Order: sequence, then C-alpha cells, then structure tokens
Amino acid sequence: MTKNVTNTHRDTISRKVSRRSFVVGSAAGGLALGMHVPFDIDAANAQGAAGTEVNAWVVVKPDDTCVIRIARSEMGQGTLTGLAQLVAEELECDWKKVATDKITPGQNLARKRVWGEMGTGGSRGIRISQDYVRRGGAAARIMLMQAAAAKWKVPVGELSVANGMITHAASKRRIRYGQVAAAAAKVTPPDPKSITLKGPKSWKIAGQPLKRLDTAPKLDGSKVFAIDTKLPGMLCAAIKQCPVFGGKLKSFDAAAIAKRPGLRKVVRVNDAAVAVVADTWWRAKTALDALPIVWDFGANATQSDATIAARLAEGLNAASSNGGWGVGDAPKAIAEAATKVEAVYSTPFLAHATMEPMNCTARITADKAEVWAPTQNAEASLAALSESSGLPLDKCEVYRPDLGGGFGRRGGTQDFVHQAVAIAKEFPGVPVKLIWTREEDMAHDFYRPISQCRLTAGLDADGQLTGLQIRVSGQSINAWFTPTRPVGGPNERQLQGWYQKPGDAQFGYGVPNLQIEYAMRNTHVPVGPWRGVNTNQNAVYLECFIDEVARAANKDPLDFRRGLMASRPQHLAVLNAAAAKADYGKPLPPGVFRGIAQFMGYASYSAAVAEISLSDGKLKVHRLVLALNCGHAVNPGQIAAQIEGSVAYGLTAALYGECPVKDGRMTDLNFDRYRILRLAEMPKVETVIVPTYDFWGGVGEPTICVATPAVLNAIQAATGHPVRSLPLKNVKLA
Amino acid sequence: MARLNVNGKIHDVQAEPDTPLLWVIREQIGLTGTKYGCGIAQCGACSVHINGEVMRSCSVPLSSVGATDKIVTIEGLSAHASHPVQKAWAEIDVPQCGYCQSGQIMAAAALLAKKPKPTDQDIDEAMTNICRCGTYQRIRAAVHLAAGQTEGSVVPAATVEHRG
Repeated sequence: MTKNVTNTHRDTISRKVSRRSFVVGSAAGGLALGMHVPFDIDAANAQGAAGTEVNAWVVVKPDDTCVIRIARSEMGQGTLTGLAQLVAEELECDWKKVATDKITPGQNLARKRVWGEMGTGGSRGIRISQDYVRRGGAAARIMLMQAAAAKWKVPVGELSVANGMITHAASKRRIRYGQVAAAAAKVTPPDPKSITLKGPKSWKIAGQPLKRLDTAPKLDGSKVFAIDTKLPGMLCAAIKQCPVFGGKLKSFDAAAIAKRPGLRKVVRVNDAAVAVVADTWWRAKTALDALPIVWDFGANATQSDATIAARLAEGLNAASSNGGWGVGDAPKAIAEAATKVEAVYSTPFLAHATMEPMNCTARITADKAEVWAPTQNAEASLAALSESSGLPLDKCEVYRPDLGGGFGRRGGTQDFVHQAVAIAKEFPGVPVKLIWTREEDMAHDFYRPISQCRLTAGLDADGQLTGLQIRVSGQSINAWFTPTRPVGGPNERQLQGWYQKPGDAQFGYGVPNLQIEYAMRNTHVPVGPWRGVNTNQNAVYLECFIDEVARAANKDPLDFRRGLMASRPQHLAVLNAAAAKADYGKPLPPGVFRGIAQFMGYASYSAAVAEISLSDGKLKVHRLVLALNCGHAVNPGQIAAQIEGSVAYGLTAALYGECPVKDGRMTDLNFDRYRILRLAEMPKVETVIVPTYDFWGGVGEPTICVATPAVLNAIQAATGHPVRSLPLKNVKLA
Repeated sequence: MARLNVNGKIHDVQAEPDTPLLWVIREQIGLTGTKYGCGIAQCGACSVHINGEVMRSCSVPLSSVGATDKIVTIEGLSAHASHPVQKAWAEIDVPQCGYCQSGQIMAAAALLAKKPKPTDQDIDEAMTNICRCGTYQRIRAAVHLAAGQTEGSVVPAATVEHRG
C-alpha cells in the first residue's frame, strides 16, 4: 500500500516537471490524443512496466497493480479512498494492489467527459458518482473475465474471480488480471446498463473502515501541494487587492521599490489588484509591502456591521418576502395560541481560512496555457484559464495537486487562477507562482453569508405546537454568483434544511400551521459556500428555537421534538440513534448539561447530543455524540473522521467565528483575531452511523450544522437562557 | 551569504538577514514539507526543531540562526517515516488534507523528547498548532500511541448500526 501511494506521489512530481505527448491505450486499440502528462502510463514507466487501460476508470499493470482513476478533488475529505473502494469492489481486485491516479480536465475534455463532472463540493463526490464509477469497475471486471474465457476457450459463466485472480475451477486454471489486461482492453465493453451492481450486503472492500490510500506522503513532508510547486525558472508573485470590496486600484509607484532585491516587475493584475513579481516569494511579498499604492475605495467604504445589520433587520420586517412555503394558516394559529414564543437570532460572516492559502502557478506561451491550482472544480479552473489566457480550451491544461483544505472556497470562484494567469502573461513561457498572504486570504474570501432570523411559535393550552412562522433575512449566495439568475421559490438555498420536498434538505417537523420564508438582503461583501452552507445558520435558528418552545411548553426537548416528527420517520430515527448512544435519559454528573439537535442536508440525516459545563462563564464541551444516516456508508472510519472534523470546524465558528466589517472592509485578517479551535478545546466526539441503504447521502458537510445547536441548547439547559447570536466569545454565559 | 545546518547538511544560502527561516527553508534550500500558514507564529504549520526545541520558523529571522544551530525539518525527522510519531500518525490515520501535519508531527516529536509519557494536559499545552480539518481527536490518540500508552491511544470507533 505504502509503495503504491509513494509511486502516485512520484507521478505528481514528474507530471510537474515533464511535458510530453502520449498515446492513450483504449478499448478502440490506441487513440492518439496528443495530450500532455499521462498519469497512469507515467506511473507504469517509472516502474519500467507499462500498464494497460482496460477502460477509463481502470488501468492494470503486469504486476497486477490496479490503478483507479479519480476525477474528484481530494482536500482531506477522503473521497479518493472512498471512490477507489467503490471501483475496487466491483472490479474484484486485490485492495493491497490498488493505486490511484488523478485525471486532468484537459484529458476529460479530450475524451468527451468520459469521467463525468469533476467539481467537488456539496458533499457530492461519492453520492453523485457512485453509480457510474461502480459500473466502470464492473465493466473492467467483465472485460478481464471475458479475455480469460477467450484465452481458455471456455464459457465466461464457468469462471470465478476474487482478489484479481480469475479461476476456471473445472480445469483448475488460474490467471491474474495483469496477465489478461492487454487482451481485455480489446474486448467490446459491456453496455453499462446491462450491469447488475453488487448490493451492500455482499460488499467486501466498500463498507469497510479501510485506511486512507493517501496518508504516507503527508507524514514526511514529501506531499506536494500547489503552493509547493517548483518549476525550472519559476518566478514568484505576491498580490494586494483593494481592501474595500468593489474598490479600485488607482495607481502605484513602481519606481519606489525598483531597487528591491530580486524584483522583476510590478503588475497591474486587474482594475482592483496589483502584484509584485520577484525571484522568491518572500522578496515579492516584502517589496509589495513597501509599494506605495493609491486605492479608490468607492461607495462601499461607508459600509459596516451596523449598516449591514440594519439592512437585514429591514428584511425581517418587510411586508413581502422573496419566497418560501407553508401549510395551514400560521399567523392565525399563532394569534389564537395560548402561549406565544418569539425570538430573533443572528449569525455573522465567516471566512474559510483553509490552511493552505490561495495560490496558483501559471505558465503561458503563445499556444499553451497551464496552471497548477488547488481547485475544487478543475473544469472551472480550465474555463478560467482559457478565458484569462485567451487560448481555446484544448490549448489549456490544469494540473491539480490535492488541496490543503477547501471547505467551499476553491470551487466556483477561480479568482486565484484568473490572477495567476494575468500575472504570468507578463512573462511568456516563464512559470509564475502566485501566493496570497494569510491576510490577503482573510481579506478577500467569499464569506459564509450573514443572516438574521425571526421565529414565532404558538402553543395551545396543552403545550402542543399549533403554529410556526420563520422569516430569515440574509445574503444570497446564488445572487452573488449569478446576479441575473431569477431568485425565488421554495428551493432557494437560503432555506436549506427547511425545504418542503423530501430527499435533500427537508424541514424535519410536521407543524399544522407553518410559514417559512426568506428575504434576500444582499451586501457588498462577496459570499459563497462554506462547509455546510446555509444548513449551519438555519439549524442554529430552528433547533435552538425549538428548545425555547419546548421549555415554554414545559417539555423535555427530545420528547417535544419526537412529538413533532411522526411524519418524519427518517429524521426521527437518527435523532433517536443519537439520543440512545448518548444515554440521553441518564443523569449527568453535577454541573454537566445536555443539549440535542437534528437537521437534514446533502440528502443525509444528522443529529447531535452535546454535554457541556460552565465554570465562571467559561464553556467546556466535554462530549459530542453525532448520529448520521448517509444511506450507504462506504468507509465508516473516514465518515467518523469527517464527523470529527465537522465538529472542529463548526465549533470554531460557534466559539470564535466572525468577520467584522468596518469602512467597507474586513478587520480580522489573521489567526490572532480570527481564532481557531485548538486541540485542548476539542470535545470527545463519538459517532454512530445508521445507514439504511435506500439512498446515497453526503458525508463531508451534513453533521456540521447540528454540533453548534446541540452545544447552544446545552448552554440553554445550564443557564436557562437561550443564546441567540454568535459567536459565543461575544456572549456572557450565565 | 549565511550558512545553515539543516537536517545534518550544511547549506550556504543567499537571502536578506531578516528573511524568515521558513522561507529560506522553502525557497533557498528547497524543502517544502515545512508550510506557510499565517506568518505570525499562530498556526504552527511552519514548526521545525532548532537544537531540539520546536520553533515556528515563520517568525525566526535568518540572522538569528547560525551554522552551529542544528535545524531539523519534517524531511529530516527520520529515515523512511520511522519516528514513533510518524508511525502512530499512520496507524491512526490522522491526516485529512495533510497541510498542517508536518508541523503537528514536529510539535509532537518535540513534546515526546521532553516528556516521553505525556498526560492529556501535557498534550493540551504542547499541541497548539491549528488544524482546519479538525484532526485533533486523532492527534491526541496518536501522541499517546507514540508514547506507548495504550490508555488514551484509541480513537472512539464509529458504531455502525445497519438499518437496511
């Protein structure tokens, strides 16, 4: 295993320093594509043994190593290992001889997108590609077995296969995949629709908590991230964008820094950014620090937390909304209720703060444009490269090292690619590596949208919930990315987790009179998807408010929820699984308090139980139990790792996360002010996975949204007071 | 010109005296396992050992180290990732994206050199590096495992209750 991973890593390096055309072996018997950098064949050549492409997903080497092609981006979430498990399961190969390789968007384009979409976000990597990658593995197995049958002149039905070894029991003959791969590549591929996939009950590789395939180079410093790109003759660039969003670059005084060591050029990147290019990045960065720059901050310089909060508050109170859905007559039910409960919640902008700051290396010549980019969407990177370089797509290529964190920052927006290309165009044929400082990364993110929410509930004399109204007012990600897109309707992302329709992010309660709506109130601050996207805010609003209502009804928060979930059996089953694992009914030690929450997103159901204590107003989260039904559990060990990680990312936001706006710009630009949860603050996380195998749900994001409301509800249990605004660092806990 | 001893090899480097050691290691010496994360000694992605002490190299100017100082980066921690910390990291499958892990491993190795049997509190105090993927629970378990301590060295296994 280690050997294979190391080889894959070596390929990554060789890909960066070598360019050559190659011929892709294919079922058609060899298809000249003239593309650069053949991963699998490079890998084979590195070992002095060519591999054979059986189909797009599977390359088999003479030593029986099965190289599985991966189209999605790996950024820590483990999709590479999970996808390989799914292919290997159907391929019936030896897991110990599995290696992986990444295809590029240029290759995907040249082969008519045989590998499907490459975008990696929305917890889709496995759930969206599972069907076709499994069929890819199965098709390769069928072709390998047919090749063996033809060689032995026996019916294929008489053969069996396991661990990459094909057996004809009657004649006691055995042959390895590596020995029939070349013949298999010439077999007519089966119609994918004719393939019957294995059910999860017969899985041997998928469904197992196997170790990741990509760990070894992360332990000795040998893993090459995009920021580590080294190319012959490479220059380095540092960039400064107008601190105020929407402001412009007026002028800069390049002469003032002309004598700085190693300096090559000061580049106007676009109408709002300037870059300094030097022989090393540190020299570029320090020269940029010394560069006199004049900005036109523009009209947005008047914007601040206060102006933005006022705009959102107006949205809460506006006569009309931008969309939503409901049943019954919520205003009437609440007006007639014995008890009315009302609360206004709010959550701030948040930065992604990936550990690897934004960066991109570009090399542009008259007829070829290349970038090395940390991208969650390599095809979007290719499009950005083509647009900025002016070269057609087939003259462009994107190499995609694994990412040092993504969390939604590096998908649809390809700002770092556009900038790197604009800078590299000033140096034809010379690779230029652009690296943002942490401060630049924090000042120019696409932030988690800010919002406020008013919730109003009516209870009858028995404490039954008769009516619920929810109005969320906040910024729309969809509107930021596509201003011309028609906005409206119940599926607008601002209502994520509160949808009427089942299947993706359904509202988890049955309420007889319900009204849910959103008011879109946009700001000048760029927004984008942030791990969990709007489920984060909406789960805090709904789940903390449900606890408030349960208390008003004098009911236990779990019992109260159960009473509302008869029409939501899948939500309820996960809530119950969390409660059972956490021993919900059992007494806690003195001073320890419990909170619970449930929510749905990314087609998966999540629930959490938190145990906390408060000492002199200081919060300690002792334990978090998370339950998840993601339909199919491809790697329980990696699911647990994602759940642990989602707790850390979610609690960082709950405890510390905010991006204040002053004079139109961000004020907290590094980890001294944008504090991140550290090891000492990490609660013990326990995971219970309850797969029902009747759907495919996401894993990377779903659980993040329940961790925070579970903790906040435990605080409410401890203090008797709800927490209605985040982060907790600004809230007096007593 | 400055002379440095990095991973037991002498390097003569050309850089301004105020250049952070991190960037000398990455750009002049060419070892990129040591990472840039914040530049202000907050995140620890740039952690290296200088004379056995873990240091955040983004905030160590080149002028403050000399040829007699023994600098060890992640690449020089062991041959073939054989340090107990690296082996424990592999055993527990600690890394997710991996970007911060060089620094985490260097911090853990320095901790164990001083305290071969660290308590949870020792780990809390020593392991202050930032991980955005949230691998902290596994880091804690792996440090215990590297110390040969079975107690605390186990990550709570995911319970799988098949409902299908």
